[in-house]
Amino acid sequence: MEIVMSIIAGVLFMGGTYLVLSKNMIRIIIGTAIISHGAHVLLLTMAGLKSGAPPLLGLKASTYTDPLPQALILTAIVISFGVTSFFLVLGYRTYKETGTDNTEKMRGTDSYD
Amino acid sequence: MTNLIIWPVLIPLLTGILLLFAPKRVVFQRGLSTVSAAVLLVVNIFIVFTVQQQGIQTLQLGGWQPPFGIVLVTDMLAALLITAAAVVSLPILVFSIYSIGKERERFYFYAFYQFLIAGVMGAFITGDIFNLFVFFEVMLISSYILIVHGGTKKQLRESFKYVLVNVISSAFFVVGVAYLYAVTGTLNMAQLSERIGSLDTGAPILSVIAVLFLIVFGLKGALFPLYFWLPASYAAPPSPIAAIFGALLTKVGIYSIFRTYSMIFTHDTAFTHQLLGILAALTMIIGVIGAVAHQDVKKILVYNVIVAVGFVLFGVSTMTETGYMGAIFYLFHDIIIKGALFLMIGAMITVAGSTHLKEMGGLIKYHPRLGWMFFTAVMALVGVPPLSGFIGKLMLVQGGAEAGQYWIIAVMMASSLLVLYSMIRIFLKGFYGKIKLEKADQYGTTKGLLLPCAFLLTVSVLIGVGAEAVYPLAATAAETLYEPQIYIDAVLKE
Repeated sequence: MEIVMSIIAGVLFMGGTYLVLSKNMIRIIIGTAIISHGAHVLLLTMAGLKSGAPPLLGLKASTYTDPLPQALILTAIVISFGVTSFFLVLGYRTYKETGTDNTEKMRGTDSYD
Repeated sequence: MTNLIIWPVLIPLLTGILLLFAPKRVVFQRGLSTVSAAVLLVVNIFIVFTVQQQGIQTLQLGGWQPPFGIVLVTDMLAALLITAAAVVSLPILVFSIYSIGKERERFYFYAFYQFLIAGVMGAFITGDIFNLFVFFEVMLISSYILIVHGGTKKQLRESFKYVLVNVISSAFFVVGVAYLYAVTGTLNMAQLSERIGSLDTGAPILSVIAVLFLIVFGLKGALFPLYFWLPASYAAPPSPIAAIFGALLTKVGIYSIFRTYSMIFTHDTAFTHQLLGILAALTMIIGVIGAVAHQDVKKILVYNVIVAVGFVLFGVSTMTETGYMGAIFYLFHDIIIKGALFLMIGAMITVAGSTHLKEMGGLIKYHPRLGWMFFTAVMALVGVPPLSGFIGKLMLVQGGAEAGQYWIIAVMMASSLLVLYSMIRIFLKGFYGKIKLEKADQYGTTKGLLLPCAFLLTVSVLIGVGAEAVYPLAATAAETLYEPQIYIDAVLKE
């Protein structure tokens, strides 16, 4: 199972990298979101996917899954959510201000303004 | 007073929250920010003395025994760096009161400034690798907002790149933490250090993780070849924001490399630290090439930020106590002097109305104090004795010689010379030469801008002249890094 999940994480990184290297702003932002997904999936996988009960003490199970990575992922998810929402607004403002969503065309000359 | 060491994080954080309530009351915003920064400075100096007298201070948050809870650890290195950060944050705040403009002040500028300081402080004192990630994000999200604050076309364009690079490096940070957790099963730095010490020394996966962390922190700290985003990004925002960025943000990345490469990844130093040394040398070379090539004063200074990264990391790569001491000394000095230089350049730009050397000249006639302060600051940056840059560089050279890294020392010396050339060119073309603008035609005044510069320069000179007093502190810090067992014992005591 870990192998499958690792491959999935790798595919997510691959797709994210491809999108980040494109010219369109929205594609770049979606690419960063996908890379974050890949990182979260990897975090879950790396801690081991041993079968066990969800980490709820009320279940009285003999083994539980590791609760720590779940807490880490929850933290990482809200952080990347905040950053992605800011990034989307930043992209929108940049589009309004520069009149283009093509990052190639955004290149200013190095003249001093 | 066992809770003493959390105050550096709490003071700016609580101030920032309070400032959110009355954004339009500019006077209140200014007053509270300044008072808070001053209090923070006093508290941090007190912490340095406490650490010097009582050894490493630890605080178990929530009363959980380490390694199960998050633990804050303030050893001498962290104490010195939070003090340097507090020293530099107060004058930059005063500078922004005079120069940032009412429009920006009304839109939560001071609140985000405080959150940025909170993130920096937290990153310096945390003892948990994932908590370090979270504090990095606190710092970075504040920096995203500050870099785009005001929303000029240029700022928007550069912010987009800056945010993109940092989002990707944060994703890599999470991946690095995941790998490290899979190998060791812990996140606490002291326990990581212990467990990696007890693992097989031939575990190649650890070298891979070490390089991954080097990539992450190298992206944050502008190490060659990951520096590409920095010059344009730091030249975009207004001077005080560029000053706080240049003084603090890259330094947090450097500090993280410092911490991880001196305590955690010490299993295969032949590979990891040699790589670090080579990258440090290349960083110096790239930095001086940029500094010499540009005619834009902001750009020249920004490339000098990159050179300093190379100097400090060279000290880390030597793995000698002298090298560590030099790196600590130089890092401390560089935070302060970079802040001072960015502010002086800011004052220059205010007067000349341009960032280009072609359009400046003869400023010294009407601004002699600024001119000579700038000259002194340049001398301190390059390391002319008895100013502050000298001791750090001297120890770096000694440490490098002990480690037998002679060619890197040669690169470092040549870099210092070119740094001097690049900065003195600003002095000769900007302050000397033909007068371009008469007093009446100048674009602004330096009223209120000189005091913060003078404050930082005084601190820098005092560090240089009073090196005897600072030396034992740096020695204590270097000892902790050289003997990680001291740190481990302090954190994981029964």
